[in-house]
Amino acid sequence: MSTQTKGPPRPTHLAGQRRSGAEALIEGLKAQGVEVLFGVTGGAIMPVYDALYREGSLRHIIVGHEQGAAHMADGYARVTGRPGVMLATSGPGATNLVTGLATAIMDSIPVVAITGQVPTGLIGNDAFQEADVRGITMPVTKHNYLLRRADELPCALAEAFHLARSGRPGPVLIDLPKDVSNAPTTAPCPRQVSLEGYKPRYEGHPQQIHKALKLLKSAERPVILAGGGVILAEASEELRQLAELLRLPVVSTLMGLGNFPIDHLLSLGMPGMHGTGYAIKALYHCDLMLCVGTRLDDRITGVLDEFAPWAKLIHIDVDPSEIGKTLPVCVPIVGDAKPILGALLQGARGWESQPDWSAWHQQLEAWRREYPLGYQEKSDTILPQQVVQEVDRLLDDEAILVSGVGQHQMWAAQYYTFRRPRSWLTSGGLGTMGYGLPAAIGAKLAAPQRQVVCIDGDGSFLMTIQELATAVRYRVPVVVAIVNNRCLGMVRQWQHLFFEDRFAETKLEPPPYDQVAQAFGALGRRVQRPEELRPALQWALRESEAQQLPVVLDILVDPAECVYPMVPAGQPNVNFLTGAEGA
Amino acid sequence: MEHLHPISAIVLNESGVLARIAGMFARRGFNIESLAVGPTEDARYSRMTLMVRGGDRILEQVVKQLSRLIEVIKVSDLATDPHVERELALVKVHAPPAQRSEIIELAGIFRAKIVDVGRKNLIIEVSGDSGKVRALIEMLRPFGIVELARTGRIILARGQQVTAGRSRPEAPQRRRSPEETEITTEVIVK
Repeated sequence: MSTQTKGPPRPTHLAGQRRSGAEALIEGLKAQGVEVLFGVTGGAIMPVYDALYREGSLRHIIVGHEQGAAHMADGYARVTGRPGVMLATSGPGATNLVTGLATAIMDSIPVVAITGQVPTGLIGNDAFQEADVRGITMPVTKHNYLLRRADELPCALAEAFHLARSGRPGPVLIDLPKDVSNAPTTAPCPRQVSLEGYKPRYEGHPQQIHKALKLLKSAERPVILAGGGVILAEASEELRQLAELLRLPVVSTLMGLGNFPIDHLLSLGMPGMHGTGYAIKALYHCDLMLCVGTRLDDRITGVLDEFAPWAKLIHIDVDPSEIGKTLPVCVPIVGDAKPILGALLQGARGWESQPDWSAWHQQLEAWRREYPLGYQEKSDTILPQQVVQEVDRLLDDEAILVSGVGQHQMWAAQYYTFRRPRSWLTSGGLGTMGYGLPAAIGAKLAAPQRQVVCIDGDGSFLMTIQELATAVRYRVPVVVAIVNNRCLGMVRQWQHLFFEDRFAETKLEPPPYDQVAQAFGALGRRVQRPEELRPALQWALRESEAQQLPVVLDILVDPAECVYPMVPAGQPNVNFLTGAEGA
Repeated sequence: MEHLHPISAIVLNESGVLARIAGMFARRGFNIESLAVGPTEDARYSRMTLMVRGGDRILEQVVKQLSRLIEVIKVSDLATDPHVERELALVKVHAPPAQRSEIIELAGIFRAKIVDVGRKNLIIEVSGDSGKVRALIEMLRPFGIVELARTGRIILARGQQVTAGRSRPEAPQRRRSPEETEITTEVIVK
């Protein structure tokens, strides 16, 4: 698939042999099992690219903009569970990564960034393309390094990968001055990493697990709130078994979609601002909430005191600082979701009798009937929800769904049948518009055999549209279905509901994306009529694979459509609007 | 209830660590009243003593967020442990000959030292807990304080205890039913 020319084959360096910092970097990346890098070259990172060229075995994807590289590495990591790697030069190259790093840290995604830096002698002199990247990226990385000597490099790189993927995963950045890349070093690639100040705990404390089981057994209205941590910990199977054994209802957060089959009888769907009415009701009325790998962020809880006023919380998280951060917790369990859910499962198997939660289940069933997800079909215009449902119908179980940020993201979250982990890529925490296309490219490169569809918005798509060139250059067959309402829809929705229809700067009138796609060398088609939707999607899925090219469907939808249910900001979740209020 | 909590942290003695910690405090909106940093008995580490204002909930987050940083080795909140705390101040006070002996006498009461004598001024060095330092400063104020320099507080636990690294059970914070108070937050061990 690669169109890159490869350098002459060179023997790989033996550990500890004399080589340049840049060569030691490539050696270290290979030792970490890295297969593909995303980036853009530039002055300060040139020695690294030169070493990459001479070594010749690592695949590199040139992107249109470094933000694209960061999202591609992120998409790659979400699909594979392995750290994605991005390269950028000093100054603007590195600062362009910042949005991508912030996206990754908010969603706990393992990525490693290598940035060039001006030579050590120039640091602090406001040199050409100098930026204090270590300082700038401190708040958006789990950890970062500014290397001063080539001897530090092998160790720092091994630490970076260790930190990125262990404990609570996250982005790690290494800032590499040009003279450090060029300097010789004999420092070996370490086999093991030990950091005195970093000892993540995986196994839950047995006493806490015991307490959790006791609390669970005495509960009358229990709910599991399962987040993205379940996916990161590969704990979906344990979650399913626990839920099925005890008949525990499961609410999956936006980041957690796919951690539990959404069409399972026990699934209540997504909670929060645009969650299902029955998930919101269940969380409000529950007396026990088993939170696993979720930050309980403001979009989930809404007004804190009205979130789950009667509930005792059991909170499982590998990051102790997330426990008790927003809500008081009865039973905190620090550790990894997989062994802890496994231990809870084991404990629950030993119960002589199962608690009788049938009344609770009847209540949940009543809420399901009372607050179904739905919309009013129209004969002459396509509705965004229909786009999601058609995509859902046409994709197979292995497919990966990606989204940008905005209304389309919420419709995708509401109407797609998420069955498996690592098949839903979305910027949940940071809400990064423009995430979709590059993340989809990263996903497809990580899993070429899986279908990858990005449901995007016309606003989101425009923000990283340059990556179409990347997808064409490397012939990455992703399908982008743009839910085009010619406006920044989510803000428009708020303007409609809470700002008396004063549509300040939300009208976009974007260019014809089908033609833009064609100009980039991709395939494009505009879709306007409801009856055209399915054939167009079928065509896109077929032709992208047949021609090994990205396909853009510019689907014009009704701009007046709003996302419901919706909790108005600042209001308790239970005050959600269903859309039938005549608002 | 808001309190002033003494927090002691052992951190790697490397460049950028202070910036990382200060940045975390600023970003998360925690209030530092004072901060003192210096190398420990082992040159690889520095000890940071922070005085942090906030309720129990905030303090729990401060300790957890500090612990989260890779360069932070150990953290402890010393509020409930017996400890020795000291703070140092240098006070340049207006001291014309007529008032000089009175000021020297005052310094003597506080076991402060005169470390510089000029024609018009004295510099007084005082160390002790914050209350004592504050008290002397207030006593000197009427004479006219020309300049003042104060360090942050430094703290060590008394007796056998090691100041940072001994984790202690967190005080439970509840907004709900009283029966929950028996369940304490899990100890964070780093």
